[in-house]
Amino acid sequence: MNSSRREALKGTAVLGVAIAAGLLKPGSAWAQQGGWNKAAFDTKTLNDAVKALGGASPAESNLIAITSPDIAENGAVVPFTIESKLPKTENVAILVEKNPNILAANFSIPEGTQPWVNTRVKMGQTSNVIALVKADGKFYYASKEVKVTLGGCGG
Amino acid sequence: MADPMKIRATMAGDKVEVRVLMSHEMETGQRKDAKGAAIPAWFIQNVTATHNGKTVLSAEWGPAVSKNPFLSFRFAGGKPGDKVSITWTDNHGDKRTDEATIS
Repeated sequence: MNSSRREALKGTAVLGVAIAAGLLKPGSAWAQQGGWNKAAFDTKTLNDAVKALGGASPAESNLIAITSPDIAENGAVVPFTIESKLPKTENVAILVEKNPNILAANFSIPEGTQPWVNTRVKMGQTSNVIALVKADGKFYYASKEVKVTLGGCGG
Repeated sequence: MADPMKIRATMAGDKVEVRVLMSHEMETGQRKDAKGAAIPAWFIQNVTATHNGKTVLSAEWGPAVSKNPFLSFRFAGGKPGDKVSITWTDNHGDKRTDEATIS
């Protein structure tokens, strides 16, 4: 794992500069960038995440499908497919309830692109996984419990 | 600097299915090294996919996306021979763009 050591060192250097420049508080680990909703990625609960994404009170929907293993042997790599059948789906997000920060990924779906995404996320422990969909300006969600036998966020 | 992405873009019916494998550590910032010091977060924050200059998918990612991220999506309006281009930007400001031809 030489390469990861090198990368970790490099990361330390960059972060050190950022801290020295007063851009970052240690612990709030990264700089804000254009087009990245830091507030949303800092949230811990579904309602806070929805608020940070500019909505309120998401409704449960059976038109959102989450496809994933029921039991994930390795929490570091858990594959998810999220499909929304809601008309005018604009956004699809994946949230893992018991991760340190709930929001894992947020996809913008322009017109012409299917509301269907497949990606892999880390899960620290057995948790509900929530698919949050913004369709026609409103927020909807579906959730599913995924059991993790080996966590993906440990040290 | 970062390794190239592996991109496959194939026709799936009337849609184009794009599969991307990126090479990135996706360090969460939660882990500690052997000495107990926190390993700083290092992860892809933004991903954009374009086809003929039109954005067909954009994403914001947190550090919870797995190491060497995989992403797959489908869009309409593409045909064999067209190019699909993917760009990611990480929290250090590093960028990488790769392109694939739809087959």
